[in-house]
Amino acid sequence: MYSPVYLFNNDSAVVVNSENSQGLSLCELTTLHLGPIDWQINRGECVSLSGASGSGKSLLLRALADLDPHGGEVSLDGQSALSMPGHLWRRRVGLLPAEPFWWVQRVGEHFDQPEAALLDALGLDVKVLEWEVARCSTGERQRLALARLLQNSPEVLLLDEPTAALDPQSVERVEALLEAYRREHEAVVIWVSHDAAQRQRVAQRHYSIKGRGLSEVTA
Amino acid sequence: MNFIVLSPLDLGIASLLVVLLSLLSFRLALGISRKLLFAALRTTAQLLLIGVVLKLLFANVHLGWIALMSLIMLLAAGRIVMERQEHRFIGWWGYGVGTLSMFLSSFAVTLITLLLIIRPEPWYQPQYAIPLLGMMLGNTMNGVALGLERLTSSVHQQRRVIEARLIQGQSWCDAIAIIRRESMRVGMVPMLNAMAAAGVVSLPGMMTGQILAGAEPMEAVKYQILIMFLIASGTGFGTMGAVHFAARRLFDERERLRLDRIG
Repeated sequence: MYSPVYLFNNDSAVVVNSENSQGLSLCELTTLHLGPIDWQINRGECVSLSGASGSGKSLLLRALADLDPHGGEVSLDGQSALSMPGHLWRRRVGLLPAEPFWWVQRVGEHFDQPEAALLDALGLDVKVLEWEVARCSTGERQRLALARLLQNSPEVLLLDEPTAALDPQSVERVEALLEAYRREHEAVVIWVSHDAAQRQRVAQRHYSIKGRGLSEVTA
Repeated sequence: MNFIVLSPLDLGIASLLVVLLSLLSFRLALGISRKLLFAALRTTAQLLLIGVVLKLLFANVHLGWIALMSLIMLLAAGRIVMERQEHRFIGWWGYGVGTLSMFLSSFAVTLITLLLIIRPEPWYQPQYAIPLLGMMLGNTMNGVALGLERLTSSVHQQRRVIEARLIQGQSWCDAIAIIRRESMRVGMVPMLNAMAAAGVVSLPGMMTGQILAGAEPMEAVKYQILIMFLIASGTGFGTMGAVHFAARRLFDERERLRLDRIG
């Protein structure tokens, strides 16, 4: 069984207090398809998000990472996104897109200090760092993109179908890793998934897109 | 100066060659025989017109007229740069980014040359100022147009790659760095090639003109070397400036990639 304890250096973990400004808050957020949305997700909480293709899930996640212009305000632990430069916000609010892209040829060049333990937990060999990205399978690339994102120790994880291209064993690994990461970093996780069983496994609250808004659902 | 004055008859003989070429292309059904004649007429008209303008300008040496002429040349160059862009910036920027960079580099280099190097009396003497500025603008225009075109087309193609870097928390500067470097280089390559070929493959036009007009070859060569340096620096600075401003404009204050700013 995978043990998370040695995996993440806990220095940056934030102490949770009872203030209700802790976590990710959306105030009247509007995107192309959605809004205005008010939403509060607490530290250490994972919520699932579902909805038909094209309903605006991915665009919502992009707005949260401040990649697209949007209305309203997003804040983390009471700190507005606007209070810091865009790139610093995106280091704290990490987006894993459904189709990750790579900017240099070799896998390893996308990592500052590759952690063997992290790759191992994802079922990847360290040798993969020597490979060219083009040589990796879709599933390998999806897991590598997750490892790449976790390097920044984001406090919020926006996961857009993170296990869509994975075999069952890898799905299990990724779920276990993200569970450990969430607990250890008290991270906020928004998990987009089309798989009802997975939503039930990974998330404590469940949301679905209805019209221009979000509604809480049982699974 | 001891050069042979051309008569209208001389030009007429040369024009017969173009007419002949046009006839031949008609026979070969190249579909450009009309265009060829039209272009020959157009170039004649434009050059005669500029001849008249320069004559007037030389006769009335006044800073205001020269400034007006320079402005017209700049705006025309800016228009050409804009028209060469497949993906141009929306609004004022589409015209402004190239024009402003050309203004900054070409005018600065021309002024430095007139005030510090050639030092005619007065410094804005049109016989020096206008051809110099023309050569600067003509070459800078190419660099700016190439650099901008490479930048915007690369960003279009590699949009997702740039966004992957932004998602990873890189600054906009890091996310565009490779493309920006590449674009600046592309804009400056023709100028490098021209310097390499000068005198070996091609006799540059300005030098040729001076020699035809009876100038001492060594004197013409010195002028040409000066011009090569000026063109190189003007094109280089102009291209860097244009690519720099344009790259900045591709991102907003939240460091988002804004492809909606180019059409």
